Amino acid sequence: MSMLINALAPVFGDDMRVEAAQHPSAVACCTVPRERFAEAARVLKKTYALLAAEWATDETELGRGFCVYACYRWGREYLIVRSPLPSSDPRFPSLTKKFLPAYRFERQIQSLMGVEPTGHPDMRPWIKFEDWPQDAFPLRKTFDSSKPMKRLEGEYQWARAAGEGVYEIPVGPVHAGIIEPGHFRFQAVGEMVVNLEERLGYVHKGIEKKFEALTWREGVRLAGRVSGDTTVAHALGYSIAVESMEDSVIPERAHWLRALYLERERIANHLGDIGAICNDAAFAFMLYQLSRLRELVLRTNSALFGHRFIMDRVLPGGVAVDLDARGKRLILSELEAISKDFEKVVKIYEESASLDDRVRDTGILTPEKARELCVVGIVARASGLNLDCRIFNPFPPYDQYDRLELDVPVKITGDVHARTWVRVEEVRESIRIVRFIIENLPEGPIAADIGDPGPDTMGFSAVEGWRGEIIYWTQAGPRGEINRCMVRDPSSVNWLGLEQAIPGNIVPDFPLCNKSFNQSYSGHDL
Amino acid sequence: MSMSPLVIEALQVALLIGGAPLFIGWVRMLKCWTQNRSSASIFQPYRDLAKLLSKDVVLAGNASWIFRFTPYLVFGTVILAGAVVPMLYLKLPLAPSADVIVLVGLFSIARFFTALAGMDIGTAFGGMGSSREMLVASLAEPAMLMAIFTVSLANRSTSLSHIAGVIYSGQSLFKPSLSFAFIAYILITLAETGRIPVDNPSTHLELTMLHEAMILEYSGRHLALIEWAGMMKLFIFMALGSALFFPMGIASVDDPLMIVIAGAVLLLKLAASAVVLVLIETGLAKMRLFRLTEFLGSAFLMATLGMLSFFILE
Repeated sequence: MSMLINALAPVFGDDMRVEAAQHPSAVACCTVPRERFAEAARVLKKTYALLAAEWATDETELGRGFCVYACYRWGREYLIVRSPLPSSDPRFPSLTKKFLPAYRFERQIQSLMGVEPTGHPDMRPWIKFEDWPQDAFPLRKTFDSSKPMKRLEGEYQWARAAGEGVYEIPVGPVHAGIIEPGHFRFQAVGEMVVNLEERLGYVHKGIEKKFEALTWREGVRLAGRVSGDTTVAHALGYSIAVESMEDSVIPERAHWLRALYLERERIANHLGDIGAICNDAAFAFMLYQLSRLRELVLRTNSALFGHRFIMDRVLPGGVAVDLDARGKRLILSELEAISKDFEKVVKIYEESASLDDRVRDTGILTPEKARELCVVGIVARASGLNLDCRIFNPFPPYDQYDRLELDVPVKITGDVHARTWVRVEEVRESIRIVRFIIENLPEGPIAADIGDPGPDTMGFSAVEGWRGEIIYWTQAGPRGEINRCMVRDPSSVNWLGLEQAIPGNIVPDFPLCNKSFNQSYSGHDL
Repeated sequence: MSMSPLVIEALQVALLIGGAPLFIGWVRMLKCWTQNRSSASIFQPYRDLAKLLSKDVVLAGNASWIFRFTPYLVFGTVILAGAVVPMLYLKLPLAPSADVIVLVGLFSIARFFTALAGMDIGTAFGGMGSSREMLVASLAEPAMLMAIFTVSLANRSTSLSHIAGVIYSGQSLFKPSLSFAFIAYILITLAETGRIPVDNPSTHLELTMLHEAMILEYSGRHLALIEWAGMMKLFIFMALGSALFFPMGIASVDDPLMIVIAGAVLLLKLAASAVVLVLIETGLAKMRLFRLTEFLGSAFLMATLGMLSFFILE
């Protein structure tokens, strides 16, 4: 189970120390000197590990300076490599040339924590805007978030393309339609996109900073609001991370109910997405039919759990609402109706030649690029990467392989169709999982009391939300309070996937490609 | 009893201006029904136009006279085009002033100025829309002319009234050349009026727009005029199609009763054509932009086949 540590150990020898403060026990955290931080990445890359997240902490209240962390994933295994940095000289060697997703993680670390990745090829700010003062680093403990920040003049430097007939199309940050803000800058020749540059950060709300002012109990409500459409998965990720810090045991029934919420969230969002993808190819029929089905799911949620998106129903220690026999019957009859209509609508999708022509070979993210960019979730599975936390990092009932036989769809074409089809298959699979949960739901309490984490402990969780793997990493301060809560929404890495899938496509195909990724702005900007 | 031709002409123009929003309302209603939705009222387009007309115009600082002039020009040319198409009466007084070639030219003028106005402000979307519109025009206009020449050859004239009259009298009904030209005409209509699968009239996605991208900067009464002209254009294409291929019902004498009947028949034909249009639109996704060449290429091919079959078979 410790392939990654075994790979590091012979190279690092005494330079490496495994931290006991990191929970759960399945996730190891090793400290290496900062000079060798990038070397660890090089060693791990050779084992085919992928970079899952990279972040920095301000540990001055714990009597240390700054610290930089990188989380690697290999199969079922997660390994966190950390390097302490002195307060006087917060710099660390950049991982960007080893792992591409570090490109944005490190720009973000530099912008928000003021810890400098040396050797990073692009030091423009990320998420932080130019009109912030140079020395405003909101994640540092010295930053006072209660005071208004001074605004300055400044302009973002865009990547430029030049040549005969090259022109620029700025799109956003405010878009037509009801979506979040984000800016896309296209360089195009005729209709062919030469380069796409994303600029995000317009919905930066300071969520990670806000966590540090909350208690562990209050935190789950904030986690549930990181990205509204993924509220269950985020609350769950946060809860599992907090529970892991105390090695708390959660009642079996609570696990199963959490899985039920998670799958219902997946069904609702996938239904909406499949319709929206077709609508962007002007095939509105699909949108209206699937929106209707999605609405059925949401109304049942509202009737049974008191909230259409099941917000605030997952808590550290368990869940807040139970499911009775009437609820089970309601869900089963609802699923019956939905799956019947869903199959009819999918048949229309399959048999529409004009739609097929639009979705195939459009917006291809090749398996090679997907690996390089370490994308996760639907995007990864549509590009041949078999990643799913439900299988690789399971909690009950997902760990009952023999009874559940969870089947995760993987496509290798990486085009819009693949991303749509992965969703179609996942809806079918989720409907099956929900039925399984309802038939086998164990009896017992739905929540347990969990204690507060001890001082200077660290927790970790990886949960498969409907977009993909959500990672939470939590750290308790000297009095057991929240010192840092790192959130890694799948969008943080998958937005790069979109940027890389677009060049070579034509401008009018962008909305279709974008919708097939459908990443969260809020989850990325935090 | 007889009516003055000028009165009939005025009636037809009034029907065009007043009826076009109703026609669009009907199309949208049908579209909602095919998607299992309940629809807005058939009169909704009138309310939309009234809303736009009562709003102030927001004008970009660098807008030139072209930008301000274009909505009126487009509105005017489309009305003129509508005045020469025999919708109610074969011997319209304005009909001799323009034949089918002039009709195509009138639409070209409107398109030319819309494209100029699209580029006038200097936004990326406007230029993009103009370039795409011109791509469509460069393919659709030759195909349109070809289809119309085929009909003209079969009827020995380019005068719309004459063509309609000849077909009406039963001399050239169901000829193979006309069938080919009719198929070409349907494809061209979809492209010229910006319907699915060529363009999506109801999208909000600027990057995918063709026609709408050019007029994104318009607001208030300018936008109302352009939208209204767009509705009339669809109305005219449907009416022109029925005049060229199914002219039955158009009055050949200036008897008021015949004119009323002609109006009723026209409405029926339009209502039926909307059904066909909506079925096409609901059943198809929008094409990839560069598939347009194949789409309009096949329209051209159909028109050419029509012409060949005229020489070979007729």
